[in-house]
Amino acid sequence: MEALSALVAELTGDEEKAAAAASSAGFAYGLAAIGPGIGIGYLVGKSVEAMARQPEAAGMVRTTMFLGIAFTEALALIGFVVFILIGL
Amino acid sequence: MIALEFPPINEILRWKDLFPSFNKIALIAVAAALIGTIVFLLAGSKDPMKAPKGVRNLAETIVEFIENGIVMQTMGRDGLGWTPFLMSIFMFIYLCNVPGIIPFLQMPATARIAIPMFLSLLVWVVFIGTGFKHQGIGYLKSSLFPPGVPKALYILVTPIEFISTFLVRPFSLTVRLFANMLAGHILLVTFALLSEALFQAKGNPGLIPVGVLPLFMLIFLTGFEVLVAFLQAYIFTILTAVYIGGAAHPEH
Repeated sequence: MEALSALVAELTGDEEKAAAAASSAGFAYGLAAIGPGIGIGYLVGKSVEAMARQPEAAGMVRTTMFLGIAFTEALALIGFVVFILIGL
Repeated sequence: MIALEFPPINEILRWKDLFPSFNKIALIAVAAALIGTIVFLLAGSKDPMKAPKGVRNLAETIVEFIENGIVMQTMGRDGLGWTPFLMSIFMFIYLCNVPGIIPFLQMPATARIAIPMFLSLLVWVVFIGTGFKHQGIGYLKSSLFPPGVPKALYILVTPIEFISTFLVRPFSLTVRLFANMLAGHILLVTFALLSEALFQAKGNPGLIPVGVLPLFMLIFLTGFEVLVAFLQAYIFTILTAVYIGGAAHPEH
């Protein structure tokens, strides 16, 4: 972080703004990926458990799992879009 | 040091127009629509009484996948009439996604927001229309005032249901497809640039063998994108089926 602030101190005006935007874009995406990461891991783990316990219900569990993944993943993807919007 | 400059985002997403207002994205989209239509027209013209082979075999596999994997799982037997619509959406999105890994095309048409946004607006109109067709004005009641909730809570529940059903659904459909394909495309560009820069490192020849690592990562990610292209088409279609099924039959 010190290196970053030293770097920012050397810049002026627009450059400073661009540097701050670039670094905060990185933080924004990193933070946005934490929750969905935990969520998808938990979801898939539980689904595998369910499929192992009851293989005849595997098709239904898989469909529901993909639905859950799609909803959970949306949060990370919105973070990715924000990353592009503020970083580039 | 190696000279590695990531190009601005417009450079990796944009091409000069082939002719006015028609660029490579439009070309891929038109090709996807044409290929899908031609494959199924060819398959439909074959004799249905003989054992299927070739293009008809492919088409039957896809239809069966849509019927068993998507419609039966989400809408049940009543939803089988939606198979053509869902299959058109699935084939179009899949054929738009796949150019992301085809050499020389190397661009998924769905990585520009126009195509996902138009498709999800279409889905939005269709599922709201289905709701009004099947339930009349009661669709608003069943979607905004879900049964089994204490009366006082409707102050809180109704705005949330309104936002999540009518505003967030098309938005999240759009962003899911668009951002997944764009992220895959940017990843491929990143590793391709990195391995190219390492292979051409002039000042430090020791770096040249290191370039094999991002190259392997690039190959692995290309394989991964094959999966993502299919999975995103599948998820878009299955969510469409869930939305239409929910609008046709309210939860009791």
